[in-house]
Amino acid sequence: MLNAGIPMEAFLVVSTLMFFAGVYGFLTRRNLITILMSVELILNSVNINFLVFNRFLFPDKLQGHFFSLFIIAIAAAEAAVAIAIIINIYRHFNTINVENVDKMKY
Amino acid sequence: MFLLLGLTGHKMKPAIAGIIGTTGLFISTLLSYITAYKYFLVDGKVDGVYHKIIAFNTVWLQLTDKLHIDLGVLLDPISVMMLVVITTVSLMVHIYSNGYMKGERGFHRFFAFLGLFSFSMLGLVLATNIFQMYIFWELVGVSSFLLISFYYEKPSAIAAGKKAFIVTRFADLGFLIGILILSYFTETFDFVTLTTPGCPAIAQAAGITFMGFSVVTLALVLIFMGGAGKSAMFPLHIWLPDAMEGPTPVSALIHAATMVVAGVYLVARLFPIFALTSPDALTVVAYVGGFTSLFAAVIACTQNDIKRVLAYSTMSQIGYMMLALGVSGYGGEEGLGFMASNFHLFTHAMFKALLFLGAGSIIHAVHSNVMTEMGGLRKYLPITHITFLIACLTIAGVPFLSAFFSKDEILTAAFHHDKVLFFVEYAVAGLTAFYMFRLYFNVFWGEDRHYHHTPHEAPLVMTLPLMFLAVASIFAGYLPFSQLVTSDGAGFESHLEMPIAAASVFIGLVGIFVAMYMYMKPKGAPEKMAVTFKNLYKWSYNKFYMDEVYLFVTKRIIFAYISRPVAWFDRHVVDATMNGFAWAANYTSFHIRDLQSGQLQKYAFVFISSVLILVLSFVYLFMN
Repeated sequence: MLNAGIPMEAFLVVSTLMFFAGVYGFLTRRNLITILMSVELILNSVNINFLVFNRFLFPDKLQGHFFSLFIIAIAAAEAAVAIAIIINIYRHFNTINVENVDKMKY
Repeated sequence: MFLLLGLTGHKMKPAIAGIIGTTGLFISTLLSYITAYKYFLVDGKVDGVYHKIIAFNTVWLQLTDKLHIDLGVLLDPISVMMLVVITTVSLMVHIYSNGYMKGERGFHRFFAFLGLFSFSMLGLVLATNIFQMYIFWELVGVSSFLLISFYYEKPSAIAAGKKAFIVTRFADLGFLIGILILSYFTETFDFVTLTTPGCPAIAQAAGITFMGFSVVTLALVLIFMGGAGKSAMFPLHIWLPDAMEGPTPVSALIHAATMVVAGVYLVARLFPIFALTSPDALTVVAYVGGFTSLFAAVIACTQNDIKRVLAYSTMSQIGYMMLALGVSGYGGEEGLGFMASNFHLFTHAMFKALLFLGAGSIIHAVHSNVMTEMGGLRKYLPITHITFLIACLTIAGVPFLSAFFSKDEILTAAFHHDKVLFFVEYAVAGLTAFYMFRLYFNVFWGEDRHYHHTPHEAPLVMTLPLMFLAVASIFAGYLPFSQLVTSDGAGFESHLEMPIAAASVFIGLVGIFVAMYMYMKPKGAPEKMAVTFKNLYKWSYNKFYMDEVYLFVTKRIIFAYISRPVAWFDRHVVDATMNGFAWAANYTSFHIRDLQSGQLQKYAFVFISSVLILVLSFVYLFMN
């Protein structure tokens, strides 16, 4: 196997880094598009986890692979919806800065 | 016996128009006459004794195995007599109101209230148990309140209605407590059980004492308090004169003939318990009645509003009835007072309704209640004049008119029982004659006053009841009451005791002549009298300051020492607790609302950090 020498922990470290990078971006970026991209990072880190666990723990099963394929498809749809919402927000507020979108407070 | 169901069928809200109301009542009247006829002459008497008949009874509310509240119809001599009185007077008042209330706003409302009143009064007298009586008792109170404040635009009418309601409610509290005590110890509400002589439940209850009195005595005194409130006995009388703010036919029906004698009826209904187990309570009844009759008669001598004179006269006459019950024994000749009381109730209903309706006719003619604005009306109101004169003669006890008989029975009963009460009543008889003829001469004789328009006789719908009641006032005295309505149902021969009768006629005539001398021609004699007995006059004119005493007691004492602290407690403790909760919630939410900033990322931060904390704590917990 091509990746026989790479241990499982290495994959998990990568995915954890991706996850926290996404969380960090989600919390600190002010641009809605960037936030969306951070969300995608989080999703993909989860994908990696699915694949890694499938590959190393249950090599004779395929559920993890299918699940990550699903997530990729749904992430595409979700991105479309999110971008549509962002466009509407832009039309409404003339900005996509998340700090200015605070109408739903007390 | 299904006839009686027809009577209670009057439950239906009486009709929109006076005609329908009157017709309905006319049917009730006919039915009640038939019932009376059947009861007294055909069915009622078994072995020479009138029994109690329960025509209809159904369990309405089962409280415990033994204690249940029924609704039903009870017939015995007094309830049948009351049936006749109520329907007769009520019918007359209905007919009369068709003329008197013509063109008033709320004409149909008036008839609806009258119908409600008649229904509840009939229910009251036909009650088979004390609790049913209490229910109807309150209904009567409500309809009385509605009718007193019928002219609800007038503040004084509203005040009078409230006063009547509150005072009688206060008295009813005593009634209710009395009922509860009585039923607690006897375990029944039923009149038939309670009033059977030697009833074991009563005898057992009578043995239990509380604070030195038998519980039965306590219960009866409390029940009598309810009766005293309804019947305007001293000191709960203050509402009755004010109740004259209502339309005059109402005064005639409720505040003269029917409702105010409910108290008398109540005592008469429970009479066997009073007489046999608790003579102390009966003495209370006698003295309250005697005092009220004297007290009211003195006030009546100085009042200027004709309806108020009649109101005080009513109080005085009801005092008579109470006194007669109070001095009565149980059974046979001993029960003379009982018989006399009911007899007087009957005749009084007739002539007092007549007086009030006559007063209504006078007010209708001159548009005023005040006696000083009247005079010389005999030329203008011939029919009213004659009928009013008949009523005055009757109440004064002139021989061979109805009240002569009933009043003499009362005096005789009092004479044999208690000399003090006898002399009180003797004096009241004289005063009664005096104040009634003072009213009569002032209104119908003397000089003409300046009227807005020439007074004219009322239409036939109004004079017809007057004439009918006048005839009834004359002849009601010839009914053989001592055969029909007695304390134990057995008849006895009553006979006039000539010395007492002669003495009472004498004092009646003295009263009439004094009034005639003083008021027939204006001579200034009344003013001289008023100056001579200045203080008495002033006190009597101001009703012995009873209203002021009440105001003092309620405002200065009850309000200041009970209501104020209670209100303070309510406002500063009860309300404050609730307000404190509200304030705390408000304060907290005001200060934490900044957390909801609308900043998406703040939310996300809180969410994610919480999740992290949770995860770490779980890891920490489960790794160990």
